[in-house]
Amino acid sequence: MNRRVFFAETLEDILSAEQPRVADIKPNEFANKALPQVARSLAGIEPYTGPWGFEQVAHLLRRTSFGAPRSTIDAMLSLTMDEIVEILVSELPTPDPPLNTNSNDTGAPVGETWVNAPTSDFNGSRNNSLKSWWTGLIIQQQPVSLHETMTLFWHNHFATEATVIKDARLTYRHNTLFRQYALNNFKELVKQVTIDPAMLRYLNGEKNTKTSPNENYARELQELFTVGKGPEIAQGNYTNYTEQDVQEAARVLTGWRIDTTTFTSYFVPNRHDTGNKQFSSAYQNTVILGKTGTDGATELDDLLNMIFAQPETAKFICRKLYRWFVYYVIDNATEANVISPLADIFRTNNYDIKPVLRVLFKSAHFYDPVNSGCIIKNPIDFNVGMARLFSVQFPDSANITRQYNHWKFVREQASLMQMDLCEPPNVAGWPAYYQTPQFHELWINSDTIQKRGKFSDTLATTGHTQNNFTLIIDPIAFVQQVSDPSDPNILINEFAKYMFPIAITNNQKSFLKEVLIPGLPDYEWTNEWLAFQSDPNDPIKRNAITTKLQTLLRTMMGLAEYHLM
Amino acid sequence: MGIKRRDFLKRTVPVSVLPFFIGGFTFRAYGRSALLDSLVRAGVETDRVLVLVQLNGGNDGLNTVIPLDQYTAIMNARDNIAIPENQVIPLVNNAGLHPAMGDMKILFNEKKLCIVRGVGYPNPNLSHFRGTDIWLTASDANQTLTSGWLGRYLDQEFPDYPDGYPNTVAPDPLALQIGSVVSLGLQGPTVSMGMAITSPTSFYQLITGGVDEAPNTPAGHELTFIRQVALQTQQYATSIKAAAGNGNNLSPLYPAAGQNALADQLKIVAQLISGGLKTRIYVVNIGGFDTHSDQVDETFAIHAFQDDLRLLGVEHRVIGMTFSEFGRRIKSNASFGTDHGTSAPLFVFGKNVRPQIIGTNPVLPLNATQSDNLEMQFDFRSVYASILRDWFGVSQAALEAVLLKNFASLPIIMKQRGIKYPIISGNEPSTIVENVPTEPGLHPNYPNPFNPSTKIRFSTDGKPVQIKVYDTLGREITTLVNGVYPSGIHEVVFDAADLPAGVYYYRFQSGDIQQIRSMTLVK
Repeated sequence: MNRRVFFAETLEDILSAEQPRVADIKPNEFANKALPQVARSLAGIEPYTGPWGFEQVAHLLRRTSFGAPRSTIDAMLSLTMDEIVEILVSELPTPDPPLNTNSNDTGAPVGETWVNAPTSDFNGSRNNSLKSWWTGLIIQQQPVSLHETMTLFWHNHFATEATVIKDARLTYRHNTLFRQYALNNFKELVKQVTIDPAMLRYLNGEKNTKTSPNENYARELQELFTVGKGPEIAQGNYTNYTEQDVQEAARVLTGWRIDTTTFTSYFVPNRHDTGNKQFSSAYQNTVILGKTGTDGATELDDLLNMIFAQPETAKFICRKLYRWFVYYVIDNATEANVISPLADIFRTNNYDIKPVLRVLFKSAHFYDPVNSGCIIKNPIDFNVGMARLFSVQFPDSANITRQYNHWKFVREQASLMQMDLCEPPNVAGWPAYYQTPQFHELWINSDTIQKRGKFSDTLATTGHTQNNFTLIIDPIAFVQQVSDPSDPNILINEFAKYMFPIAITNNQKSFLKEVLIPGLPDYEWTNEWLAFQSDPNDPIKRNAITTKLQTLLRTMMGLAEYHLM
Repeated sequence: MGIKRRDFLKRTVPVSVLPFFIGGFTFRAYGRSALLDSLVRAGVETDRVLVLVQLNGGNDGLNTVIPLDQYTAIMNARDNIAIPENQVIPLVNNAGLHPAMGDMKILFNEKKLCIVRGVGYPNPNLSHFRGTDIWLTASDANQTLTSGWLGRYLDQEFPDYPDGYPNTVAPDPLALQIGSVVSLGLQGPTVSMGMAITSPTSFYQLITGGVDEAPNTPAGHELTFIRQVALQTQQYATSIKAAAGNGNNLSPLYPAAGQNALADQLKIVAQLISGGLKTRIYVVNIGGFDTHSDQVDETFAIHAFQDDLRLLGVEHRVIGMTFSEFGRRIKSNASFGTDHGTSAPLFVFGKNVRPQIIGTNPVLPLNATQSDNLEMQFDFRSVYASILRDWFGVSQAALEAVLLKNFASLPIIMKQRGIKYPIISGNEPSTIVENVPTEPGLHPNYPNPFNPSTKIRFSTDGKPVQIKVYDTLGREITTLVNGVYPSGIHEVVFDAADLPAGVYYYRFQSGDIQQIRSMTLVK
C-alpha cells in the first residue's frame, strides 16, 4: 500500500527521530489464522432498551472517550443514555495551536506557536511539538467526548505521515481539518482533504498535471477513503471501481498546487485536463464534463457527487466505524442488521456523521454483552486510558517545555508499542484496522506486550521523572474513591470493576488479595488502612499502604484483561 | 560484587595484554575480547544458593526458642499460651524449642542449624506492611527504600539485567519467588531481579491471576490470545521447565501435597536445584504466623527440605534463612495470642552453617506488662551482611553499597573449607605459608612453558577463592580451586597431560579481585 517515495530526510529530521519507524508488522504466532468463530450479536441498530447502569456507561466511555476518570464515570451514572451520547457528540472548543519548545527554532520564541512561522525549518522539533500537543488534547479532553477519538479515527482513515509531509505547519493544518470535521459532514471532509496542502504533498496531488498525470491520490481516494476496494472481478476491475476510474479521476484532479506562504492550495487552470472524463460501469458509465478556466476546480464536486452516489461509500465508512468502535468481525448478520441500516442513515443525512454515531451508540447491538471487552486497546487507548482512569497529574502550562515533554513521553511510549501519532506506517493507516484476519491482535506481540507492561509498571510504581516532575499514578487518590477502602475485598472488586471491561473470576480475586496482603488475614489490611486514615500525613503510614497498592495496581495492569476495552 | 567490567579490564590489563612468543609463533594479546567479556560478565561465580523463607505475620519468638531460665517470668506474663516447662525440647545454654519443633532439634543435632536470637532493628515499626518493607528493603525504621536488599545484591552482580539476559553465563532466572508476586526483597534499583512462579511447569497464573479458562465470547477469544502471547514472553519458562524435568525429590519426609504450603514450595526449590537450575536465590513464603489467637509453627517442612537436599547430593550448596517482619510481645493478650512485638529468633539452616546459638537468653521482667518487648540483640542486617559476605563472597565495598551501611558480621557461615568441587586435573592446594596478611592474587605459574604440569600459587586473605582454567576459545577446562583457605600463600598443581599444546588462561577470583594470567603447554 505504500506508494510514497521515501526521500532522504533532512539532517534535523534524522537527529530528531528518536524512534525507528515501524516496519512491516508480523502477526504473533498465536494471532488469528482465520476470523474467530465466536458468538456474535444478532441485535441491530434498534434503540437499546435494557438496563442502564455502570456496565453500560463504562462500556460506552471506554469505547468512545479513551475512558474517563473514575469520578467522571460515577458522575455520568445519573444520566440517561441519550444525555451521555449527546455530550459525546458535542464538539469541544477549538484548541489553541501547539507551542514551540525548541529554543533554537528561529521561527517562533519558546512558548509561542510556530504554526505561522515563515520557513519550514526545524521541522523535527515542530513535529514533536505537534504530536505532544495532540497527545495532551486527547489526555485532557473533558469531561468525555468523541471529538478527539473521531479526530484520530479520521487520521487513521486519511492516513499521512508527518515525516513525509516534511512541513509541520502543513501537518498541523491537516490535523486541524480532522478536528474541524471530526463530528461533521464526511463528504465535505473528503473534499477538504483532497485539496489539503499536506495531502496534496503526501499523495503527490501537487504534481498531478494534464501533461503528467499522477494517479496516486485518485487511487487512494477510491480504494481507501470512499468506496473501498471490492473483489477483483476482472483484471483491473475492483467491483467498486476500475483502473480506468483511477485514471479518469486523476484527470479530474489535475491542476492543484500548494502555496506554502499562506498554507493553502490553489487551482491552476492551465495545468488542468479540460477533456471529458469517462467512468466505468462501476459508476454507471458516468461522464464528467471537462471544464475550462477556474470552473475546472468544480469538477472535484462532480467527482465526489458521483462517488457519494454509490451505496458502497456509506457502507465502507460504516464498516470502518464498526471495526473501530465495536469489533473487527463483521458477519452476515452484522452486515444486514448494523452496517446496511447505518449506511442508510449516513446517506439520508447527506453524510453527516453525528446521526450515525448517535444511532450506533444507542443501539441494542452496541450494548449486547457479547460486544463488551472484545476490543484490544490500541497503544493510545492503553496509555491515555491509564492516565485518564487514574487522573494522572501532568505538569501545568507554567513550564511549556516540561508539559510538552511529559505528553511526549506518553506519545513515545505508544510509538514503541507501534502506534505513533501522525506517523501511521503508510496511507492505509494502522494495519490493526484493516489487516484480516488478525485485526486488533496485531497490537499485541511478544515485544509490544512487554513495552505495555513496562509502561504500566512505571506509572504504577516508580513513575517517570523528567524536568523535576514525576508522572505517576497516585494509588491513594484512587483507593480513596472506593466505597469502603478498609475492606480488601471491596477494594479489589471496585478496582477490577473500573479497570477491566469483563468480570474477573473468584480465583483471580483471591490471587489479587494474596498480592495485596500476602498470607495475612483481611483485618490486617483494615488495621493498616485505619492507622493511615487516623494519621494521613504520616509518611511512614502512607508508604506502608502505598507500596501494597502499587504492587496490586501493577499486577492488575499486567493481567490480560487490562489490555481489553 | 562491586566490580564493574571496565574496572576489571583496567586491573587485568597488565597481566592479560602481554604479547608473548612460543615455538616461533606470535600469540596475539587479548585486549578486550569476547573471551574476557564472558569471563567478567558475571560477578562472583558461584553455584551457591540461598533460600529465603518468609514467615508472614510475625513470629512469637518466646514460644519458639524458649529461655528455660526465665520460666517464672514467662508464666507470669503468658500462662494462657506458655508451653509447660516439661514439654520444652532442650537445646543448649538453657534454651529450648517449642515441642512442635522436634524437627529443628534434629537439624540442630545434625549440625545444620544456626539460631540467631533477638534479631530486630532499632525503633521497630509494628505495622505488618512497614515491618515487611523494612525487612525486605533493609532500611532503617524511619527510612523508605524502593529496592530490596537481594535486588541490590543481584544488581551489583548482574549490572545490566535484564538487557542481554539470559546469556551463557546467567542462563536462568537470577532469583525465583515461589508464589504469586515477586518479593520486594528482589526489587532492584530499576527492575525486579526475580520472577515468580507458582509451579515449575505452569506459568499460567502469572498471566491470568488464576487458571480459569476464558469465556467463549469475543472478549474471551482476545483474552486467550493475549495470555498466550504473555506466556510466550516468559523467557525463562523453558529453562525452568527443563530443570524441573531433570530434577526430582527424594526425601520421604515431605507431607502429602496440599497439606503444608511451605513444604510444597520448598519441594519445588529442591527439585529445581537438583535439576541444575543456576538460580542463586529462592524466596518462599507462608502465611499463618499472624496468629494473634492461635500459635502455629512450621518446622518439619524445613527438615524435609534439608533431608531432600542431602539425598539429592546438593546440600553443601544450599543454605536457608527464615525471617518474619516482627516478633511478638512478652505478655499474651486475652485472646490466647500475642500482639505485634519487636525482635525474634531467626534460623539459618544448611550443611555449611555454623551449628550454634548466637545470642543469649533474654532477661524478662518478672511482671511484664502489655507493652514490654524482647530486647533486640542483633540487627537483622548483620545477618544479611554475614550471608552476603561469607556465603556469596561479596566484598566489603560492595556490601556497603548493598546494605547502605557497614554492619558487623556474625559467625553464621562455616569459615573452613566447606565446599568441595570435583577437580579434574588439579589437586587440593597445599599450604606454603599460612597466617600471613597478604594481598589476594595470583603468582606466576612455574614452570612456564610447561609439560605436562605446572604449579600455580595464589595468595588469599581468607575469603572464598576460585581458580578456573580456560582455553583460548574461552571454554572452561577445569575448576582448580574453589573454597576457603587460611590467609597466606597456597599452591595447586595443574596437570595438563591430557590436553593439547597451546595457551591456557587461569582466572583467579576472590571477593572483588579478579586476575587472569596465561600459561603455555608445550608437547
